[in-house]
Amino acid sequence: MTYLAKPRLHHPSLSPNDLGFTRRDYEGSVSTLCAGCGHDSISAAIIQACYDLNLPPHRLAKLSGIGCSSKTPDYFLGASHGFNTVHGRMPSVLTGANLANRELIYLGVSGDGDSASIGLGQFAHAIRRGVNMTYIVENNGVYGLTKGQFSATSDKGSKSKRGVENHDSAIDLVSLALQLGATFVARSFSGDKAQLAPLIRAALAHKGAAFIDCVSPCVQFNNHSGSTKSYDYVREHNEAVNRLDVIAKRAPIEVDYAPGTTTTVTQHDGSVLALHKLAAHYDPTDRIAAMTYLAHRQAQGEVVTGLLYVDPEASDLHDSLQTVSTPLTALDGKDLIPGSAVLAKINADLR
Amino acid sequence: MLPTRTDGPDYYHKVVDCQWACPAHTPVPEYIRLIAEGRYSDAYMINWKSNVFPGVLGRTCDRPCEPACRRGRVEDEPVAICRLKRVAADNKDDISGRLPPPAANRNGKRVALVGAGPAALTVARDLAPLGYDLVVYDRDAKAGGMIRSQIPRFRLPEEVIDEEVGYITGLGMDVRLGQSVDSLKDLLAETYDAVFIGTGAPRGRDLDLPGRTEAAANIHIGIDWLSSVSFGHIEKIGRRVIVLGGGNTAMDCCRTSRRLGGEDVKVVVRSGFEEMKASPWEKEDALHEDIPILNFRVPKAFTHENGKLTGVVFEVVEAQYDDKGRRRLVASGEPDEHILCDDVLVAVGQENAFPWIERDIGLDFDEWGMPKVDEVTFQSTRPGVFFGGDAAFGPKNIIWAVAQGHDAAVSIHRYCQGEDVHDRPPPGFSLTSQKMGIHEWSYDNDVSNDARFRVPQRDKVESLKDVRLEVELGFDAKLGFAEAQRCLNCDVQTVFAEPLCIECDACVDICPVDCITFTEDGDEEDLRGRLKAPSLHPDQDLLVSKQLKTGRVMVKDEDVCLHCGLCAERCPTGAWDMQRFTLEMTHATSMTGGGACQAR
Repeated sequence: MTYLAKPRLHHPSLSPNDLGFTRRDYEGSVSTLCAGCGHDSISAAIIQACYDLNLPPHRLAKLSGIGCSSKTPDYFLGASHGFNTVHGRMPSVLTGANLANRELIYLGVSGDGDSASIGLGQFAHAIRRGVNMTYIVENNGVYGLTKGQFSATSDKGSKSKRGVENHDSAIDLVSLALQLGATFVARSFSGDKAQLAPLIRAALAHKGAAFIDCVSPCVQFNNHSGSTKSYDYVREHNEAVNRLDVIAKRAPIEVDYAPGTTTTVTQHDGSVLALHKLAAHYDPTDRIAAMTYLAHRQAQGEVVTGLLYVDPEASDLHDSLQTVSTPLTALDGKDLIPGSAVLAKINADLR
Repeated sequence: MLPTRTDGPDYYHKVVDCQWACPAHTPVPEYIRLIAEGRYSDAYMINWKSNVFPGVLGRTCDRPCEPACRRGRVEDEPVAICRLKRVAADNKDDISGRLPPPAANRNGKRVALVGAGPAALTVARDLAPLGYDLVVYDRDAKAGGMIRSQIPRFRLPEEVIDEEVGYITGLGMDVRLGQSVDSLKDLLAETYDAVFIGTGAPRGRDLDLPGRTEAAANIHIGIDWLSSVSFGHIEKIGRRVIVLGGGNTAMDCCRTSRRLGGEDVKVVVRSGFEEMKASPWEKEDALHEDIPILNFRVPKAFTHENGKLTGVVFEVVEAQYDDKGRRRLVASGEPDEHILCDDVLVAVGQENAFPWIERDIGLDFDEWGMPKVDEVTFQSTRPGVFFGGDAAFGPKNIIWAVAQGHDAAVSIHRYCQGEDVHDRPPPGFSLTSQKMGIHEWSYDNDVSNDARFRVPQRDKVESLKDVRLEVELGFDAKLGFAEAQRCLNCDVQTVFAEPLCIECDACVDICPVDCITFTEDGDEEDLRGRLKAPSLHPDQDLLVSKQLKTGRVMVKDEDVCLHCGLCAERCPTGAWDMQRFTLEMTHATSMTGGGACQAR
């Protein structure tokens, strides 16, 4: 961690986006995490993605639970809305906020402890309801704040820093999310911002429950030779199925790869994802194939990354509930209390 | 690209832009830190060792360091390095006890120094502690050379000159003032082991135009006139004054005129305002004193009536550029201008003059009448005769004279010891980690956001009344501290150790100026095109690591690094460290009598 605030001085060529903000304007206060923490790289990727998307900071709400990962919203988007909830309860607070004001962009930031242990139920239900959000789990496979116990995502057979072996099976949040009906599922690695930042951009533009599992090494407690979430292990076993190259909003796409190696997916809001295929025959719009592929590769000890599944026609919780298009928070008294005549009519319909 | 070689003194020295740009390689960030700590005497001594005249230079230096200052590339203005030097000089305690003691033993060698200006005095300072018998000759009544004769007192008070010249003459030497050397042959006939010539560029260029002779009584050569003012021989000038020329001497002439009765003073230059040779801050000071600067006017003739000057006629020109970007001044077609005046000061350049050096003593001159001098050793073609300062390579500034003096002293010392003057010990250097704790460094790495502070000046009406009243009041301790905090501590280097790096990106994420990139290797041009932030100054080096575990390399563009140390603070493995670079220049005093390099 650092005691000093990051100096305001910046590179002279730092340029503003369409809104007039530079990338530095999307930063938050300086990180208090341990030096080298993968989470800081994820924060940097979020900053980059929001800058690239020309996102007005006041249109975004960042919510988190408890843990190292859940501290990070303080370190990016200093001008956005924020809610630091109780442990594991970020998904329900996010769901409530989303129902009250559907016009904000929701970013849930959580960790493996927060989402795979105490908040597993919350995680599951927010995903299956299709809450329109981007849900990022900063997954380091360890309880860093309490000095390095195994978390629920630690792989069976992996070792702690002191050499103790983990006997419990790991929860794979990506497989869970696919099974629970998430309509955008990706996995990435904090050490590969070139892959991660476009994925976050695409997830923020996605309508529906977008889930990103981001492996994020804990340098302090889980970056040793017995770990499967270390920089070295992930780099050696990282198998990227595709690379998200271009995200354009209703613009013609030109990608100079050989024909047949690029898939384009147009999302609900008109954003177009151009995916450069790295694994032959991988189809990111086929949920069952994705689950099968993941299971196969995982059994081989590989860490599959990339955009694993996307449903471009996804719907969300508001569609299911048929809520009005005006955010509930913006409804005035006349709409909310239509009067006794309307009540009488409803009652008459029910008789 | 080959990994950057950081094993010699040059790589990290170049990162310290100010020190690299300073001809004497003064350790600027080091003394600025000492000023911030209030250790003014220590800051002064560091300067004294490098540039010999901190109080003088803190008021008058041409500051090549400031255009080079990294701060000027990150925000609008560089650190006020020059005026901070003055803060050290103004606030120091009595430092006489810290000066070298007079040499305990004489080494039996005699050296003559011709001229008592900055170059010769530097040589004297470097040689005196080694036991040389030095004889200094100067035609003026007081030592100091152009420092005393040409720089007006309102910019540089006499006490400052007396003090700093005194520190040198007090080291023990025979100073013969009011004695000009009229024949080098005669001087060489005396028993000197070596002679150093630091006679400057003493002749002001004249303008041979119609009317020059007729109106001679009111046409003065700038540097001679300034010298006469300095020595109190001239105390008045006419009400309307025209200063011809656009260099710093012209600025001194016009501002001095304003103080000696000149009410309507104009500077007229041939070139455009922007191309004038004067330093921007000196032009600013002149304009501040209500002196208009008229540009693109070439003097054609002096007008006169009954043997008295009445004015100057100027041709109005404009600049034209050819294909190669060379400028030519051509007639604009506008009618000539006749500007009326009572006096003219001609400040159109200075020349060397060596009428006192015989041409048959084995000392060769080139076609422009300049002595042939070796650029490294400062030795002429006659062994044992050395040159330095303006006398060696034409008019430059004090700081150049000092730097050349140091080098000439090394040569003289080696020559007198019977050693090869070309065989010169390289400068010493060291790198010392500044790490004190997890977030503690032995330098203040919290970068100040302040813009450059202005030096307080005396009220204009008051300062125009007296030519001896210093205009600039200097930074007080509080302002000096605030300005010192603007320094980025570029001498505290970001040193990278490849084997420790785990490529976690922490340094990339925290760097406020995006100067670190991890990427595939390539040649320099290719790498510069792939940096996280564009490479704006190709003359600024890249620090390129050896190949890392993933096969990539770390590339750091030194250009706008704030030296804030956040990369090192965020580095989990200590692959980045902040290490203070110190450079020990080779001076005569750092060598033993035998010429071998003394243990530092």
